[in-house]
Amino acid sequence: MEKKYKIPIGPVHVGLKEPITAWLDLEGEKIVGATVRPGAIHRGIEYMARDRNPIQVIYLSERICGICSFSHIMAFVRAVEDAATIPVPPRAQYIRTLVLELERLHSHMLWAGVACYTIGFDSAFHLGMVLREKVMDVLEALSGNRVNYGVGTVGGVRWDITPAVAKSVKDMLRYYRREFSPFYDVVTGDPIALARMRNVGVLTYEEAVRHTAVGPTARASGVRCDLRKTSPYEAYGDFSVEAIVPQDFYGKAYGDVFDRFLVRVHEVYQSLEIIDHVMEGLPEGEILWEKNLNKVLAYTKKAEGTGIASIEAPRGDDTHVVHLAAGDENVTWWKVRAPTYANAVSWPLMFRNNELADAPLIINSIDPCISCMERMLITDASGEKSVVTRTELLDKCREKTRRLMGK
Amino acid sequence: MIINLIMRLVAGSALLLLVLVLAFFFDGADRIVSARMQRRYGPPIWQPFYDFLKLLGKENIVPRHATPWAFNGAPWMAAASALLIFLYIPIGSLPPILGGEGDIILILYLLILSAASMAVGGFASGNPIANVGAQREMILMMSYELPLAVVASTLAWIAYKTGMPGEPFSLETFSGMSVWSVLGKSGVVGVACLFAALVLVVPGETGKGPMDIPEAKTEILEGLIIEYSGTNLALFKVTFALRSLIMASLIVALFFPWSLGRMIGFGGIFLFALDFVFFWVKVFLVYMAVITFMRTAFGRFKIWQASEFYIIKVAGLSLAGMILVSVDLLL
Repeated sequence: MEKKYKIPIGPVHVGLKEPITAWLDLEGEKIVGATVRPGAIHRGIEYMARDRNPIQVIYLSERICGICSFSHIMAFVRAVEDAATIPVPPRAQYIRTLVLELERLHSHMLWAGVACYTIGFDSAFHLGMVLREKVMDVLEALSGNRVNYGVGTVGGVRWDITPAVAKSVKDMLRYYRREFSPFYDVVTGDPIALARMRNVGVLTYEEAVRHTAVGPTARASGVRCDLRKTSPYEAYGDFSVEAIVPQDFYGKAYGDVFDRFLVRVHEVYQSLEIIDHVMEGLPEGEILWEKNLNKVLAYTKKAEGTGIASIEAPRGDDTHVVHLAAGDENVTWWKVRAPTYANAVSWPLMFRNNELADAPLIINSIDPCISCMERMLITDASGEKSVVTRTELLDKCREKTRRLMGK
Repeated sequence: MIINLIMRLVAGSALLLLVLVLAFFFDGADRIVSARMQRRYGPPIWQPFYDFLKLLGKENIVPRHATPWAFNGAPWMAAASALLIFLYIPIGSLPPILGGEGDIILILYLLILSAASMAVGGFASGNPIANVGAQREMILMMSYELPLAVVASTLAWIAYKTGMPGEPFSLETFSGMSVWSVLGKSGVVGVACLFAALVLVVPGETGKGPMDIPEAKTEILEGLIIEYSGTNLALFKVTFALRSLIMASLIVALFFPWSLGRMIGFGGIFLFALDFVFFWVKVFLVYMAVITFMRTAFGRFKIWQASEFYIIKVAGLSLAGMILVSVDLLL
């Protein structure tokens, strides 16, 4: 009988982009048990939103995540528009779709690069980073920023597509159609990359459904789910967007890390198609429902109701729920369910029968965004450790919500 | 007698100093070439020297759970045994400084000693992650020893059978006469197999390329050397740089012994000087082709995959080389 020992991956680890801890029980190199402990990066963003009006919260929600910043503001803005019934002009919807797809491009490329870095394939990592620069240039041409674009607002978008931007988008499409396939060939053709990613971190179809995996993680297990197809929003209804599942391309879905890689690579090609359609079908007209922000705020102040929005972020579906109370300028409450929250549940399953060497790759394979995911933190001022059960946690949450709402 | 001893001491110290500088210099060149292959600019060529000097000025931290004597002794042992190897490698037409005292078997033992010292340092640091790294180092070492032993013994057998001048196991024998020239067709193919096997062993020996498993950064946070700092870490950096240089030098000494000086028809001191420089040029080319290219072109194996690769594929390749050479020598 081999001696078991515990090794922490994280909270700070070279292979991880954000702080999270996975305590692994090891027998030699084999993982026999895993406990995932988040809780290192809670920032209380939902609480901060209660002191701000919807326009201010846009900029707060943009900072939930560094990569899918636009997905979060889209989900938030759509939830506010849902609550206050605000229409969005068609041109603005097309521009939103464009930026969402640009964001998917750079998120997937970043992920593919980081996955290669995790298996020690530094050359592919650097190649991926070079590729990603082009889409960042387009975003900069459109909005002036590389990460938090500040493009979306309630009732439309803030930046229009000028001929110069349209030209840079065209350049980008040409560039990626030429340059992306070498990267894809380098990684998929590499025997070591295949040996490192095939049959690692397997999540079967049934498990993906039962544990509510979303986005590329679920699609790699063969689940046909894509909100762009099943409940189209913005301009997606105008194009046919099919869920990318590995069985359509390779005959079989393994549900492993390699499939997650392939799904993301094919989604990059899909995004290029969608951007092409968006640029072709871009309607003329206004990009804002109301230019005067004070009028927008006066309108949302009068509105009463709860709005909900789900969009397909690069990592899976991102859901925001917002409540606006009549006569209250600020957001009454706001809930964020980031895709990582749904995907992280599958981690312990993916760790089964794998090795220590695979652990960072498995954690990275769902493209985790820990700061998106962390919505609460329980602290004990005396510094004592305790375990809270699910019912206790629910009661505590309800009690705190009641206290905050002043009832 | 005493003058001879002093001469050897002076020559030895000069050579080892030069080798240290060259090891860092090649390491810097390796980083630049690798960076250019990845479309990066890369660090200045003197970066390994800066790193080394900086680490010498840093505090040497010994973890609370470590065994201090083993933890502090391991880096010295690893660096010293790696450095000693250059006293037994012929540089160009110059005979090795301690030529008569040791042969290829001693070199292999010194290589094992330095790798084992690294593993001991990992085990002694009392960190579970370093422990995993040390285990991986041991497994890797056991895996590549078989092909390495087959290569060394087959080469010695060739030297013995074909009557190459000199002791069969001495490196001088192979640097005096090219091993490619003494065999027939199937023998040359066999030597090529041995050469390929030795090239594939290099990443494992140097801990680079697809075999950087004991020091895997994104898996076990530099593994073996996770707890090391200051002078101890500087010594490990020296060890890594030296091991790469050793493997490249061994390949040159065994398989590319051609002397430029003799070809041109130089004599005396010029022959030695030219061959000395030419030797390091060859080592540099082999370094770039074998170590830099391999480490840039591939990702990292898992430990069982690496073990399987060495014990089955590379060992098979070296045995095939042995059989082909035997066919040529016996028939």
